[in-house]
Amino acid sequence: MTSPIGISERSDNSAITLRDNAEVAEALGRRYEAGFVTDIEMTSLPPGLSEDTIRQLSAIKLEPEWMTEWRLKAYRHWLTMPTPDWAKLKLTPIDYQSISYYAAPKAGPKSLAEVDPKLLETYEKLGVPLHERAKLAGVAVDAVFDSVSVGTTFRKELAEAGVIFCSMSEAIREHGELVQQYLGSVVPTGDNYFAALNSAVFSDGSFVFIPKGVRCPMELSTYFRINAINTGQFERTLIVCEDDAYVSYLEGCTAPMRDENQLHAAVVELVALERAQIKYSTVQNWYPGDENGVGGIYNFVTKRGDCRGNDSKISWTQVETGSAITWKYPSCVLRGDRSVGEFYSVALTHHRQQADTGTKMIHIGKGTKSKIVSKGISAGRSSNSYRGLVKIEKGAEGARNHTQCDSLLIGKRCGAHTFPYMEVKNPSAIVEHEATTSKISDDQMFYCRSRGIGEEDAVSMIVDGFCKQVFRELPMEFAVEAKKLLEVSLEGAVG
Amino acid sequence: MLKIENLHARVEGKDILKGLSLTVNPGEVHAIMGPNGAGKSTLGNVLSGRDGYEVTEGSVIFEGRDLLALEPEERAAAGVFLAFQYPVEIPGVNNTYFLRAALNAQRKQRGEAELDSMQFLKLVREKLKIMQISDELLHRAVNEGFSGGEKKRNEIFQMAVLEPKLAILDETDSGLDIDALKQVAQGVNALRSADRAFLVITHYQRLLDYIEPDFVHVLADGRIVESGDKTLAHKLEEHGYAWVAERDESLAGART
Repeated sequence: MTSPIGISERSDNSAITLRDNAEVAEALGRRYEAGFVTDIEMTSLPPGLSEDTIRQLSAIKLEPEWMTEWRLKAYRHWLTMPTPDWAKLKLTPIDYQSISYYAAPKAGPKSLAEVDPKLLETYEKLGVPLHERAKLAGVAVDAVFDSVSVGTTFRKELAEAGVIFCSMSEAIREHGELVQQYLGSVVPTGDNYFAALNSAVFSDGSFVFIPKGVRCPMELSTYFRINAINTGQFERTLIVCEDDAYVSYLEGCTAPMRDENQLHAAVVELVALERAQIKYSTVQNWYPGDENGVGGIYNFVTKRGDCRGNDSKISWTQVETGSAITWKYPSCVLRGDRSVGEFYSVALTHHRQQADTGTKMIHIGKGTKSKIVSKGISAGRSSNSYRGLVKIEKGAEGARNHTQCDSLLIGKRCGAHTFPYMEVKNPSAIVEHEATTSKISDDQMFYCRSRGIGEEDAVSMIVDGFCKQVFRELPMEFAVEAKKLLEVSLEGAVG
Repeated sequence: MLKIENLHARVEGKDILKGLSLTVNPGEVHAIMGPNGAGKSTLGNVLSGRDGYEVTEGSVIFEGRDLLALEPEERAAAGVFLAFQYPVEIPGVNNTYFLRAALNAQRKQRGEAELDSMQFLKLVREKLKIMQISDELLHRAVNEGFSGGEKKRNEIFQMAVLEPKLAILDETDSGLDIDALKQVAQGVNALRSADRAFLVITHYQRLLDYIEPDFVHVLADGRIVESGDKTLAHKLEEHGYAWVAERDESLAGART
């Protein structure tokens, strides 16, 4: 129970309810007035959240005054917000005062010999090279964001194209005006509980800026591979594509973790101006907890794209296999006329994982189009829900949406739910929804086995086929990785 | 090659096979005929190891091994192939990919080297030629949206690639028009060889016009009640299955 970012199950009087949050926060803030602890190897803030902690955090990161104020504003708003309605999720209340909001990575295991062999096995199956595996296991803690090194490697080439790709901390210092112009313009600080919290305390993230007319010469990627115990739980990503610009951005969270429940509350904002296109792909494999639902990440993420310009396009593709609890709805605000929003998703849950995920497509501009393809796979005792909103505003003349939600059940103790919401305020709009639920049939299994294919291979083959439509949207390397992930995640799902 | 002795099997608590015995040698083609409900398909399913079929008595020895002790995939690797009466659709899974996975899984179990894409493609091209099948089927998902005839041809094509020792064709003729039937039969005939045996399960004699059996067995009420050469099939066609049943009864009557 040493994880500073933990979901507290304490029953003593230091556990707090949200109502007296402000008061207690203040008290705790005072108690920890000693400020942040610095020793040779790491800088960290003691657990607790208050205006002081935020000021200290901002100071450590050498942020300008406007940023500090922005954070404080978000924090003050957060204090007024009620705990979100948990939809179909079950979780222990989160004790925000037990979380440390800034900490350099803690020292991990000293060598591979100390690492959980099950974890190493997983890496081996994923085909991760040995030195990489060591890193992933937290032995080496130097590379928190691979994006930084990627950015560095190709910095020259990107700079020649006029592309900015750097960490959010750096962007705030070096490209303050751009950040100030766009940060929070898609997901306002007070948008929702976790977005507000993120705005107040975000630690780092990526910033991408593609200027007018530039097609980003390479795919940009961030691997949240080794977010050690204390870092990166509140990342913030901002991608801006000016007129006629294009970028494909990949986000990989492919490192399983071994800790207690951890909160991961990220915010991703995308801005597409006139005729700009943004393709955002995620392969998420946070540690899902064990077979009994112990441990795992609580993944509460706000991802939203704003098709601000006419004829712009934002496309989300996600493959979600990890996290104990996922609560995530990448959305598109289709503001520009004829703008297009797409959402392709595969969400797999196993053991006792819970996922409540989907998308929101908000049609504002004329002739806007959206397409939703959601594939949910449930195994074990997991619960997998699709929750989607398609909203057609009054002015969205001729808007179109097509939604397809397919659920696949493996075994008898899992659940799949579909909650499609539609709000149509323009009679010329066409909104279509298709949903199917199927099981891997005994016939399919026997067919594969009678041809010589073993049970587990048969399941992953059938699941892979089920997900084809979404995998097609992923860049090649990611598609391969996604497929392997599903295989690993489904181990022991049959039998 | 295959020795079935006194096989009793039960499905959902109901006895279906009641003491079936049959011996099949390499290179032979045996036709199993019989009325609906006689246990024909059950025999195919029991031999290939489908769940839900409980063997209560008897034994099945395949190439010296206790076939009933093996998992379905192990039976496949040992060389048993079942051409399904109703081939199953697997949406999104490419037919070629499926077949290569199957072949390599079998080879792996047998301790043979797996084929890489190039080797596999070469093999597939050879087999396509023998089967006279267009490669269009290969690019589609396994049986998805296939016509009845295409599904059955795909089964035979899989058989050609997997090269089993014992092929069980479960009512492969059902639902086929005469042209499709001929094509399927032609494929099967191309695969006949001295070391491969066939168990052709069918309700009608017409398939046997194209796949000429060495032996014909009549299955009724879970047992083989009559065995003979191909002329037996013609007799059945002429007189119907009632003929066997009636004769059985009269024999039974004579005994008492």
